Amino acid sequence: MSGLILGYALLAAQLMLGLAMALAVWRIVRGPRAQDRVLGLDTLYVNALLMMVTFGIRTGSTLYFEAALVIGLLGFASTVALAKFLMRGEVIE
Amino acid sequence: MTDGPELPLWAALITSALLLAGAAFTLIGAIGLVRLKLFYDRVHAPTLGATLGATLILIASMLTFSVLQSRFVGHEILLGAFMLLTTPVTFILLVRAALYRDRAESNQNVPPMD
Repeated sequence: MSGLILGYALLAAQLMLGLAMALAVWRIVRGPRAQDRVLGLDTLYVNALLMMVTFGIRTGSTLYFEAALVIGLLGFASTVALAKFLMRGEVIE
Repeated sequence: MTDGPELPLWAALITSALLLAGAAFTLIGAIGLVRLKLFYDRVHAPTLGATLGATLILIASMLTFSVLQSRFVGHEILLGAFMLLTTPVTFILLVRAALYRDRAESNQNVPPMD
């Protein structure tokens, strides 16, 4: 019974997070400028990270948490690098 | 297939409420990212998902694993603290870059100086 409640709540949460990821992809595709695309990419990785956490709750395994941690680290580094590129035209000077 | 882990009823109810609220806040942030008109308005929207949505979902995960393993499991605090620290840093860098580009092209719609 409680597994069923939690299962449907997880399903609804994953659908909402998936829709949020789709909206972020829409912003990446539409632009209109490069900074909007970087903002969409940042939103996309945050939503993917939260999706990983919900998968971890569903399966009860901590492996997904480590995947979420890696997504967070790489997403932060990539957004900072892209912002630096937009500012200066080079990532490492 | 739709079954989650078998928790006690109180833990399942609290976890479900936290999950739904967190996912809803994240979705509202993403809708704001699509609907708002200016870039400088749009920057504000996804922070809703990165702060409130992430916090609620991570608390739900902490509660689930603590109840499943009958001990306090707190590794989600690591992820939460990391996201709370990095989100402002990335957005400050991004908005500085956007301001620089808009001013270099002397665009309209730029927030005023000072």
